[in-house]
Amino acid sequence: MSNFYEEFVVGEENVLGSRFFTREAVVEFARAFDPQPFHLDDKAGEASIFGSLCASGWHTASVAMRCIVDWREKDRAERVSRGEASPPLGVSPGLRELRWGAPVRPGDTVTYSSRVISKRETKRPQWGLVSLATRGVNQHGVEVISFLSSAFAARKGA
Amino acid sequence: MNRLYFEDFSVGEVVEYGDRLVTAEEIVEFAREFDPQPFHLDEAAGRDSQAGGLIASGWHTASLLMRMNCDAFLNASASQGGPGVDELNWIKPVRPGDRLRVRRTTISARPSRSRPQIGVVEFAFEVVNQRGETVMTQKNPVFIGRRTPDTAS
Repeated sequence: MSNFYEEFVVGEENVLGSRFFTREAVVEFARAFDPQPFHLDDKAGEASIFGSLCASGWHTASVAMRCIVDWREKDRAERVSRGEASPPLGVSPGLRELRWGAPVRPGDTVTYSSRVISKRETKRPQWGLVSLATRGVNQHGVEVISFLSSAFAARKGA
Repeated sequence: MNRLYFEDFSVGEVVEYGDRLVTAEEIVEFAREFDPQPFHLDEAAGRDSQAGGLIASGWHTASLLMRMNCDAFLNASASQGGPGVDELNWIKPVRPGDRLRVRRTTISARPSRSRPQIGVVEFAFEVVNQRGETVMTQKNPVFIGRRTPDTAS
């Protein structure tokens, strides 16, 4: 993974980082965006098909995004420190096949990774389109989230 | 209380709800925590980017759809969450001052094979702004409890 279209290598996988989910963060996200009882309350979580309080899937997904952004920002900062050009960041047209494979519970640590699955040029000479398969695995090795997403990546010298 | 069960969702039904103002403050607040790219943090930085100004993180828009769904029907239903999202498209940027609403279409509804107490309802959601433009679409199944679970196996 990189920030320039030309440097994305299909098949390459990067571990983006690990994030710890606190009860406070799980409940705070749910209060703002997904106030279903099993994301807010222990008793309701136990009564649900999840078997306990668990994080909103959108929380798990948003944390994946944070890991992707942090990874790319680190790459950018390294380029700047070497005196190289700093590529502009592109936006994303969407995602597919998002799966929440298992609940994320307070106290879980999720390790996220992204693999480059394809890349192609676009009608716009300054942007290529890169597709990534991103997944998150908990401390027991169980996959809790996976999705395929695409994003525009700047082309060198464009 | 009129709880909504699996049986209450009819295929082909279209429902509209929500009127959610999106402020610059909350766009930046969400982005600081989850998606700190320049065009989600700062109007001037956004103008210099592909986004053309400050825009909401797509994950923020998706989370706002979730919230509007909770407020409009999920929290009044026997929802048991969902396994994932088949497809999500960010079609147009969401900018400060936009007002978002939801158009929900029920695509399919079937009893779960493995869990007789729930059904699987598949929805197509469109998030529409104050100009009537669709800014995001999403297609996903939701597990919803049945009013009358099968007793025979």
